Amino acid sequence: MPMAASDIERLIKAAIPDSEVTIRDLAGDGDHYAARVVSESFAGMSQIKQHQAVYAALGGRVGGELHALQLETAVPQTEKTQ
Amino acid sequence: MSDPQSRIAEIVNANDVVLFMKGTALFPQCGFSSRAIAILDRLGSKYETVDVLQDPEIRQGIKEYSDWPTVPQLYVRGEFVGGSDIMMEMFESGELQELLATAE
Repeated sequence: MPMAASDIERLIKAAIPDSEVTIRDLAGDGDHYAARVVSESFAGMSQIKQHQAVYAALGGRVGGELHALQLETAVPQTEKTQ
Repeated sequence: MSDPQSRIAEIVNANDVVLFMKGTALFPQCGFSSRAIAILDRLGSKYETVDVLQDPEIRQGIKEYSDWPTVPQLYVRGEFVGGSDIMMEMFESGELQELLATAE
């Protein structure tokens, strides 16, 4: 079942309150999105852990209800993990 | 037949570079899997693939194995590296080349 971009953003922000979330609908079908999530809370986390935090925020929807979410995560400013 | 988690552990430990994907390297069945294959081919590395569409136990089990909800998933020397987004970022930064070079 498709999800609205605003729902994705709401769920991520509920779980990662300081995050800045940008969503793009890739195919216009409500099922293929790209998201960029920037949060201070990602500092010191591996990229896998950062992505897992976003997947956790979406509560199991990715890979199910939401077919695919192209994901990019970052820590604010220049302080990237790598 | 052993349980899916042991089968997956066997596969990732027996192959230096292995991609769990939808479809085959020649005929990927999903855009993300296709992108992962394109990256590996571009780097010219040797890799094995596992088509999760052929095995429902592996398809479900791989998500639990890595605590990662989607396929493709890349493993290098038994370690989970990431999905296609992380592969792309690591490819662009040169990290993936380095990682794969040590696997050969």
